[in-house]
Amino acid sequence: MPSVTYLDNNATTAVAPEVVEAMLPYLREEYGNPSSMHDFGGHLAKHIDRARAQLAALLGAHPDEIIFTSCGTESDNTAIFSALETRPGKRHIVTTQVEHPAILHQMEFLQKKGYEVTFVGVRPDGICEPEAIREAIRPDTAIVSVMWANNETGVLMPIEKIAQVAKERGVLFHTDAVQAVGKVPIDLSRVPVDMLSLSGHKLHAPKGIGALYLRRGTPFKPYIMGGHQENGRRGGTYAVPSIMALGAAAELAARHMDAEREHITRLRDRLEAGIVERIPAVHLLGSREHRLFNTCTVSFEYVEGEAILLLLSEHGICASSGSACSSGSLEPSHVLRAMGLPFELCHASIRFSFSRYNTDADVDRVLEVLPGIIRNLRRISPFTPPALLEA
Amino acid sequence: MAWDYSDKVKDHYLHPRNVGVVENANAVGEVGSMVCGDALKLTLRINPDTGIIEDARFQTYGCGSAIASSSALTELIKGLTLEQALKITNQDLARYLDGLPEEKMHCSVMGREALQAAAANYLGKEFVHQEEEEFHTVCQCFQVNNVTIENAIRENGLTTVEQVTHYTKAGGACRNCVPEIESILARLVPEKKEEPKPEPPKAATAPMSMFRRIKIIEETLENEIRPALHTDSGGLELIDVSEEAVVVRFTGRCHSCVQSAVTLEFIQGALEKALGQPVRVREIK
Repeated sequence: MPSVTYLDNNATTAVAPEVVEAMLPYLREEYGNPSSMHDFGGHLAKHIDRARAQLAALLGAHPDEIIFTSCGTESDNTAIFSALETRPGKRHIVTTQVEHPAILHQMEFLQKKGYEVTFVGVRPDGICEPEAIREAIRPDTAIVSVMWANNETGVLMPIEKIAQVAKERGVLFHTDAVQAVGKVPIDLSRVPVDMLSLSGHKLHAPKGIGALYLRRGTPFKPYIMGGHQENGRRGGTYAVPSIMALGAAAELAARHMDAEREHITRLRDRLEAGIVERIPAVHLLGSREHRLFNTCTVSFEYVEGEAILLLLSEHGICASSGSACSSGSLEPSHVLRAMGLPFELCHASIRFSFSRYNTDADVDRVLEVLPGIIRNLRRISPFTPPALLEA
Repeated sequence: MAWDYSDKVKDHYLHPRNVGVVENANAVGEVGSMVCGDALKLTLRINPDTGIIEDARFQTYGCGSAIASSSALTELIKGLTLEQALKITNQDLARYLDGLPEEKMHCSVMGREALQAAAANYLGKEFVHQEEEEFHTVCQCFQVNNVTIENAIRENGLTTVEQVTHYTKAGGACRNCVPEIESILARLVPEKKEEPKPEPPKAATAPMSMFRRIKIIEETLENEIRPALHTDSGGLELIDVSEEAVVVRFTGRCHSCVQSAVTLEFIQGALEKALGQPVRVREIK
């Protein structure tokens, strides 16, 4: 295996060395339970408080508005479950067609249970219009859930406006901000979001830790029922090492956000310019203006995405695809289809997603091998116009 | 999702054999489409005197296993007569590649279909099984017809809708055709039949006990099948006998032989004759 060029940071990120350091004491000597009466465990409650404050600071939230969970999916599921439990009689949910499976599959389950769900569409650039959300809200709507940034395209939704629309209509608003937290500035003291999901492993903390932001005063019912942890809002022994890791990762993200934006934007733009320059018949997908600075989603005509990924992988390059074949289903990306992209371009989409650890050498590597891979696959494809091969 | 591809599959998608179009091709088969996510164009030059496939090339749009299946197909059929080539099943193709993930078996089915289309083209027939009266499209999303589904069920011993989707893609998107796939399965798979099985010809006597069934199967394998296989340096083990199926394992040369699906048919025929009732023979590796 050649050395790895990791450009799949929307899937997961490397754990930051600083984060590993922050965890280690809690994997070794500080193994106590923060809920214990004795000091050995009990003093760790203060450490948890510190991590909670670090994460709250990243979001412009109060520490008591943070509930630690096991992952983004649990946070999403909890938010929807709690909204329905605390608003009995309201049987309708508004969400979008481009949400993460953590939301979409829960919606399918709820539909079977008799709830009604409106899946609002998006524009060809991937953006969900606040007005479309307004029109979908009904008197019996319990909650609106719209992601902050899309995982496949990086497209940023107009969350401030959508949250405002929900507030005006008196409906709870949840956002899956798993891809946005740590990358875009989020100030929940200003944006009327009621609940927000995030995941540690997308911002250089380990897998297995997430959080749900719950605005003060929002009615809540726990999804995981157990002990009195998290102020009775989420049962389960505190995952001390992981919580400390998420706190450290949040502080790192807050400290470096501006510098990272500059560094990563430059790399991403170099990659896109290089691809467009070197490879004909390509399409950059999603809004140019309103998207995460780390994500590049591109589609190559006449070839199929899984084949591109397999050949990239041979060169040690990690990316991902919206193609059907790579997803384990037979249908290509629901996100790209909701944007109205033709099936053949959905099958051929590749996502490169950057982190702070990427360098110019990573971009060089992709630009070195990708044109040859696309040329070879187009040579194999029966649909490639001969003129394109000569070009 | 990372697929567990065999080294041979990897070798064929990293280094596909026989890419391109045969000059002066006299047989062309095209299946699939860009919308569906995979497509294969197969061109052959067949010697009109001998019927031998002298050259075979392919162009494929699709995932790694689609490219590998196409490449393997061209390798397998070159030098065979068209008649021999048409006996190759999708299972033979998958076996040649040291197996495909079940979700990817439709790639091997596509290879076989392209070959049938090319043969029909060579013989001057339009390929859509027009000789079959009841030919029609079952799955609109992936444009899969009933004949493709029926062949996949028969040749691969499929019993569930999920398997049919893995092998043909039918039912993999909107799922509107699932009831029709279920009814095709009910018609073709004996244990799925709603009405009782028709009486086997010799069932006038008492129903056969499992002991007697196993005994007859063992005797037939020993006296009729194994002698024939040994001449080919191959052997056969009986693994299991149930109401539904007889399970065997090939050993020696037969294990890797691309024609062993043909051998399965041969075994099935011999067992049906000896038992006087329909039997399904399955192979495990």
